[in-house]
Amino acid sequence: MAEITLMRDDLRPPKEPPKRHLISIEDLTRDDVERLLATARNFERSLEREVKKLPTLRGRTVVNLFYESSTRTSSSFELAAKRLSADTMTLKSSGSSVDKGESLKDTALTLGAYDPDVIVIRHPHIGAPELVARVTDAHVVNAGDGKHQHPTQALLDLYTIRGELGQLDGLHVAIVGDVLHSRVARSNIQALVLMGARVTLVGPPALIPRGIEAMGCELSHDIRTIESADVVYVLRMQRERMEEGANFVPSLREYAARWGVTPARLRPGQKVMHPGPMNRGVEIDPQVADDQDALIVTQVRAGLVVRMAVLYDLLTQGPVAVEAAVPLEVA
Amino acid sequence: MLSVKDAPLDDLVISGARVLDPAEGVDAVVDVRVDGGTITALGAQLERNGHRVLDGDGLILAPAFVDPHVHLRTPGREDEETIASGTAAAAAGGYCAILAMPNTEPVVDSAAVLGSLIETARAEAEVPVGFLAAITRAQEGRELTEMGELADAGAAGFTDDGRPVVAPGLMRRALQYSAITGRKLAVHCEEPTLSRGGHMHEGVVSAELGIGGWPSVAESVMVERDLVLAEYESRPLHLMHLSARESVDALRRALSAGVAVTAEATPHHLVLTDDAVRSLDPNTKMNPPLGSDADRAALIDALRDGTITCVATDHAPHARHEKEVPFEEAPFGVTGLETAFAALFTHLVEPGLLPLATLLERMSAGPARAYGLDVPRIAVGAPANLVLLDPNAAWKVDAKDFRSRSVNSWLLGKTLRGRVKATVAAGRLVFG
Repeated sequence: MAEITLMRDDLRPPKEPPKRHLISIEDLTRDDVERLLATARNFERSLEREVKKLPTLRGRTVVNLFYESSTRTSSSFELAAKRLSADTMTLKSSGSSVDKGESLKDTALTLGAYDPDVIVIRHPHIGAPELVARVTDAHVVNAGDGKHQHPTQALLDLYTIRGELGQLDGLHVAIVGDVLHSRVARSNIQALVLMGARVTLVGPPALIPRGIEAMGCELSHDIRTIESADVVYVLRMQRERMEEGANFVPSLREYAARWGVTPARLRPGQKVMHPGPMNRGVEIDPQVADDQDALIVTQVRAGLVVRMAVLYDLLTQGPVAVEAAVPLEVA
Repeated sequence: MLSVKDAPLDDLVISGARVLDPAEGVDAVVDVRVDGGTITALGAQLERNGHRVLDGDGLILAPAFVDPHVHLRTPGREDEETIASGTAAAAAGGYCAILAMPNTEPVVDSAAVLGSLIETARAEAEVPVGFLAAITRAQEGRELTEMGELADAGAAGFTDDGRPVVAPGLMRRALQYSAITGRKLAVHCEEPTLSRGGHMHEGVVSAELGIGGWPSVAESVMVERDLVLAEYESRPLHLMHLSARESVDALRRALSAGVAVTAEATPHHLVLTDDAVRSLDPNTKMNPPLGSDADRAALIDALRDGTITCVATDHAPHARHEKEVPFEEAPFGVTGLETAFAALFTHLVEPGLLPLATLLERMSAGPARAYGLDVPRIAVGAPANLVLLDPNAAWKVDAKDFRSRSVNSWLLGKTLRGRVKATVAAGRLVFG
C-alpha cells in the first residue's frame, strides 16, 4: 500500500511547531474533550455574573469566514470571541470577493495577511479548513465543512447531554433522520462513541450511508427503535441538499409519517435534541419541539460557552489547569 | 495510425543489460545493437561500430511501453498539456507509443480536428502518438461520428472517454458500425444515475467523511451491459480503466464465453484504495474513483492472470489552481506517464504481487495488441522500441522534474524504486 501523506502532517513548514486546529472530532482524545467541557463549564459560571465580558483574549483576532448561511454557529462564534474580548470580524461569501470568483486559497491568503489568531470557517466542502490551515498561520476551527464534520456542534451537544443527564458513558442516543447529508451526525457519532455512549442511527435506507456502521454505531430503519434511547437526536431534513429526482424518500409527507418524531413515538422523560434549524412538522412534531423535555434552546446556550472554550483552548498553549486559568480579572 | 516527428534515426549499442522480452521469450545478458533505428544484432561483446554506447550494466532492457490511455489536452487546454510536453513525459516514462483521448475542446469528432492533431504530432511528437476519435458527436451521446471517414483519416480507435455512451441503442449502433471502421471501440463504463453526486468510492470511508459516494455498481452495470451488447453483435470491445471487483467478475465471465474483450487498469487503481482519500488530497480524486481493498486485489489478480492485459496511465493533467481547492470541488484525474513503471515496480513487483516479466508485458505487448498496434519486440529486424530500467534506483517524485506541463500526481514527495534510464522510441533515443 502506498503511503499517502496526510495533509494534516503538511500543515506547517517542517521547522515550525505544529499549530493546533479543531477540524474533526477524530483529532481529539477523550481527555481533550473533558478539558474542553470543563473549560466551558467555567465559562458558564462566569456568564452568570453581571458583567459578562472576560479580558482573556484581549488583543487577539478571530476571523469568521462563512461560505454557507448560518444563524447559530456564526452568531455564537462571534459572541464567544467578544465575551473573551477578542477582536472579531465576520466575512460572508456573499458580498465579498468570493462573489467575484476568488478562490478559497486566495481569500485565505488575503485574510491571513492580517495575522488573525483564529480563523473559523464554514464551507460547503470537506477539506476547506485544512486548505486554510495550510496557507495561513492561524489556528483553524471548522464550523462545518460539507457533510463531513461540525466539531463544535458535537461538543456543545455533549455538554448539553452531560448537563441534563449527568453522564455520557453508557447512555443510549438515537440519531434520527438524514444521516447521509449530515455533518452533525458524523461529528456526534464520533464524539458520543469516544465518550462511551451507545449510538443508534434511525432513518430511511437511502439516508443511512452504506458502511457507516464502521464508525461504531448501530443501524435501524424502524422509528420504534427510538423508544429505548435516553436521548433522541433529531436531524434536519436537509431539503437544500436534496437534488431533484434523487428520490431519497418518496416525499416529505411520507418521511414525516414514517420517521417524524412525534409525542406518540416518545416515552415521557426522553430528552429530545435538534441542531436547528428545525422543519417543524417534518422531522419533528411542533409539540415535541416545544415540550419541556426538548433541549433545543439549551443546546444554543451551550454553543456559546463551548465555543468560548474552544477559542480559549486553542489560544493558550496546550492543556492547562482550566480551573485556575480561566476566571482571570473578572470584573 | 501513429504519428511522430520526423527526425534522424539513431545508431546505438546497449551493452551488458539483462535483456528481458517476455513476449519473445528472451531473458539473457547480451548487447543489443541498433543501426538506423532498427535492431540489427543481439549477442555478447558486440562491435561498437562507433555507435553511441549506453552502459546497461546492472540494468534491464525491455520492450518500451505502450500507453493506451493518455489525455494530451490538445486542442483547448494547452496550458495543461501539449503534444510536445505530453510525449516528452511519455519518453521519460519509458513509452514508445501512446494513445490520446478525444475529450478535448473541441472534441475530436471530425476529420478536420483529427487531421490538425496528426499534423501537429508530425511536427512535435517525441514518441509516436495515436489519436482516438469520439464515438458520438461532441461526446454528447446522441449521434454517431462519421467513423468511416475518421478511420480513413487515421483514428486509432473510438471512445467517448470521460463519459459513458448512456443509451444502449446507440452503443449497439456503434458496435455494429465498428465492423466498417475495423478500429477498436473503447468504453468508459459509468452509469450516470448511479454515479451522480459521487466524488469517491461508496464505502466505509465515504460514509465517515461524508463525501458523496460512487458505488462500484455504477461501473459494473455498464460493463455488464456493454459486454452483453458486444457478445450479441460479435464485435470486439475494450474496457477502459476498470476499478471494481464486480467489473472484473463480469469480464472473466465474458472472456470464458468467448467475447473478444480486452481491458485496462491504471497504476493508481492497482496501488491505492479509497483509504488514500482520507488525506483529502485532490490528487487522490479520479474517475472512476479509487476502490476498496477487495477491488484493488481483484484488479491485481486480473492483471497477473491475464484477464486484464493492459496497464493504462489515464494520464490526466490538470492546472495547479484547479486542484488547489477542496476535494469535492476538484476535477477528476491524475498524471501518470512519468511514474507508472516505478509506481508498479515499487508497489506490485517488489512486494511480490506481480512478476516483473508480467508487468513488462502488460505495459507493452498487452496494450499494443488491444489496439492492433505493432508489438514492441527485442529481435533482429524489429524497429528499436526499447526501455532501459534501473531496478535498484530509488528516487523521490518531485514536481519540478516532470516534463508534463501539469503536476497533479498522487506520488508527489514519495520515494519510488525502479527508474527509467533511457527510452528508444521508433528508432530514436528520446530519453536518457
